[in-house]
Amino acid sequence: MPPFLYIFLGALAVVSALGVIIQRNPIHSLLALIATLMTVAILFIAEDAVVVGFLQIIVYAGAIMVLFLFVIWLLNLQVETGPTGHLALKLFGSLAAALLVTELIFILAPHHLQVKFTHEPVGYGSLASLAGKLFTDYLVAFEVTSVLLLAAVVGSIALARRLPGTDDPRAARKIAS
Amino acid sequence: MIPLTYMMSLSAIIFAIGVAGVIIRRNILVMFMSIELMLNAVNLAFVAIGSRLGSMDGQVIVFFVMTVAAAEAAVGLGIIISIFRNRETVHADDLTLMRW
Repeated sequence: MPPFLYIFLGALAVVSALGVIIQRNPIHSLLALIATLMTVAILFIAEDAVVVGFLQIIVYAGAIMVLFLFVIWLLNLQVETGPTGHLALKLFGSLAAALLVTELIFILAPHHLQVKFTHEPVGYGSLASLAGKLFTDYLVAFEVTSVLLLAAVVGSIALARRLPGTDDPRAARKIAS
Repeated sequence: MIPLTYMMSLSAIIFAIGVAGVIIRRNILVMFMSIELMLNAVNLAFVAIGSRLGSMDGQVIVFFVMTVAAAEAAVGLGIIISIFRNRETVHADDLTLMRW
């Protein structure tokens, strides 16, 4: 991929990431987040992580973001939220973020990392090489992940369901008013 | 291939934007989206370094991070629905029950 395309994608990712935190409307934030995820997925593919890039589009931008969208619709939050936060908080947040960027770029400079760069082996980033790692070196972690997902499904249903016998406080309030 | 410094800087900037989002925004949903942004920034760093080391381990870690993010999103959104049902708000400053 030519370097100017990297620059363009990077700028697009940063601008849409800023959009996530600047937009007033949660739906607009979500759309900006999806744009960021798509851009990062293209960067993954450009960095020879083809399978992970497509997984990012399918799982992240496809499944998780739809979950967010459902919650926004379900809670009827697609209205403008008005001014949020204090000015001092915004100043502090921006300052902290700027400091963090400087620090991270300093720390992550390649001469600090002290790693030996090599050329990628044949078939790097393919589904076969990913699955080969996943089912040999990381087999235990892979199996534990399935338990984690099961626990998350059961836990989120238990959290979000209405307990039998308890009245919905919103309905009760509506009747009272 | 683009220098590693570029990818690392991009990752750092996106991560810091996520941090700023958690600090600045008071809407729980947007704070949650900012966390996803931070996770993605770290994924980008993993993939960039992994491809330069010629090792698949970085991509496997990214795979696991995605799985954990899916579980986290499911539980987190369940909590948000539960909070909204009881308090009718998604504004983090309104949730002061456990504040002394």
